[in-house]
Amino acid sequence: MQHEALAQRVDALLAEAQALSQEVARLSAEHGGAAIQAAEHGALSPLVVGLTVLVLAIFVGYHVVWSVTPALHSPLMGVTNAISSVIIVGGLIAAGSGGNLTSDIMGFLAVLLASVNIFGGFLVTHRMLSMFKKKKR
Amino acid sequence: MSVNFAALLYLVASVFFILALKGLSHPETSRRGNTFGIIGMALAIVTTLLVLPEIGLSLVGILAAVLIGGTIGTVIAMRVEMTALPQLVAAFHSLVGLAAVFVAVAAFYNPSAYGIGSPGDIKLSSLIEMSIGTAIGAITFTGSIIAFAKLQGIMSGKPIVFPGQHWLNLALGIITVLLVIWLASSEADAAFWLIVAISLALGILIIIPIGGADMPVVISMLNSYSGWAAAGIGFTLENNLLIIAGSLVGSSGAILSYIMCKGMNRSFFNVILGGFGGEAAAGGGADLGDRTYHQGSAEDAAFMMKNADRVIIVPGYGMAVAQAQHALREMADLLKEDGVDVKYAIHPVAGRMPGHMNVLLAEANVPYDEVFEMDELNREFGETDVAFVIGANDVTNPVAKTDKTSPIYGMPVLNVDEAQNVLFVKRSMGSGYAGIDNPLFYMDKTRMLLADAKKMCEDIVKALEQ
Repeated sequence: MQHEALAQRVDALLAEAQALSQEVARLSAEHGGAAIQAAEHGALSPLVVGLTVLVLAIFVGYHVVWSVTPALHSPLMGVTNAISSVIIVGGLIAAGSGGNLTSDIMGFLAVLLASVNIFGGFLVTHRMLSMFKKKKR
Repeated sequence: MSVNFAALLYLVASVFFILALKGLSHPETSRRGNTFGIIGMALAIVTTLLVLPEIGLSLVGILAAVLIGGTIGTVIAMRVEMTALPQLVAAFHSLVGLAAVFVAVAAFYNPSAYGIGSPGDIKLSSLIEMSIGTAIGAITFTGSIIAFAKLQGIMSGKPIVFPGQHWLNLALGIITVLLVIWLASSEADAAFWLIVAISLALGILIIIPIGGADMPVVISMLNSYSGWAAAGIGFTLENNLLIIAGSLVGSSGAILSYIMCKGMNRSFFNVILGGFGGEAAAGGGADLGDRTYHQGSAEDAAFMMKNADRVIIVPGYGMAVAQAQHALREMADLLKEDGVDVKYAIHPVAGRMPGHMNVLLAEANVPYDEVFEMDELNREFGETDVAFVIGANDVTNPVAKTDKTSPIYGMPVLNVDEAQNVLFVKRSMGSGYAGIDNPLFYMDKTRMLLADAKKMCEDIVKALEQ
């Protein structure tokens, strides 16, 4: 009697183990699929990377700019004006990718305008800064 | 060059830009800071050129554009008068705005160059970022042109206001948002160009109601916008350098706007909504006494200052308009030779842009360590024998401290009224831009020197030399 009961119990457990392993296989298959999906869609979106960079750069800008002495606020505007012309990078890509006339023309114009600003901005800042002299003792 | 290596070089360029701003914390390190900025920019340009695979013959066109633009920029920067700096900066901001629009157009019609899709199939996020960059760029462009025209005197500095103005601006703003949604869902050419057109109009409408006297805020604000336009384009291009540089400039301009607003005790919104300086002289109903004033001569002024121990000079924009800074510096030099302690006190909104007055004084060879900010010097007026006010008015008006009905109540002012004697150089007895009378004129200790600022300084110099 005891043997029979034990055999039945073993059978039941085996069946349960089988069901569980099937469940595990099914789940892991699902999980694997999810992982592949994650690789396709879940790679950090450039938007999120950009936002991270944006927020951190704003904090850096905030602290650096407050440390600028008020006497040099005009040169600050001159130099930031030149720095914002880094948009020339976009113009260079547009002009230098080839094969699209609109893109070439727009790129050329953007590079031209940004160049006015880069040369003019840094130079006028230099002119301003070279005037700031100490007292002759 | 691999894309990853290029990204690292862009990072180095970003660090150089941060160091460029950092250098401005002191005049001694500032020139090195400017050099860092130039290195960062050169690095950014060369890296971009090296990373482009099919550049080929386009390089000739690019170099031509840099050469033409660079020459124009160099000539302008070499020739500009320091009094015209605000106009120059406004004009330069407009170029950044227009360049941003051009880059966005290129990205819209040739998205594959930027790896954001193909024509007619641009990524959703890129479309939204692109339209934001375009809108800010277009607003910066026309807004800066209006600011330039007002500063240059092509347009009247008077605020242009009409009924329903703010509602119109609000409506245009809402329409722009709807157009962005339309563009994002359909990628229609019409939506893109409508965003450009409405943003251009909005740029004009935002700036016309702002009066000439508020231009320091406007220039700082447009400085900020030009940065955000670059950052917006940086998102479209998925380029961290543009985002970092744009944010640095954007936050810098925002901080300068804040400082300028605080200098005038105005809220940012109050300035933006505009109309200030348009209404007739209101308020200031306080009792100004018998309203008689004492006129002084150049000889009186020379005598008073020669015998003083401490003199504080308070220059305002009127001094720059009269081109009196060189004569003023000569006067200060003679006083210093006589052993008088001479200092300059600068109000935050003394010029037409942040820090403008410091540059104008530096140009006249005034050593920067004799020039002080309002907060540094305001306590010393009580121990000062003579306060010499030249070309300034409202920023010295004690009404701002006492009269709650005055339109300038609460504005931080220089404590000129605490000095033992006041010399006030003024062309005539008219009031300042806000149309407010200044009780300082009628004090017993004040001598009004009614003349052109430059002429008066020259006459004082002559009297001192005798």
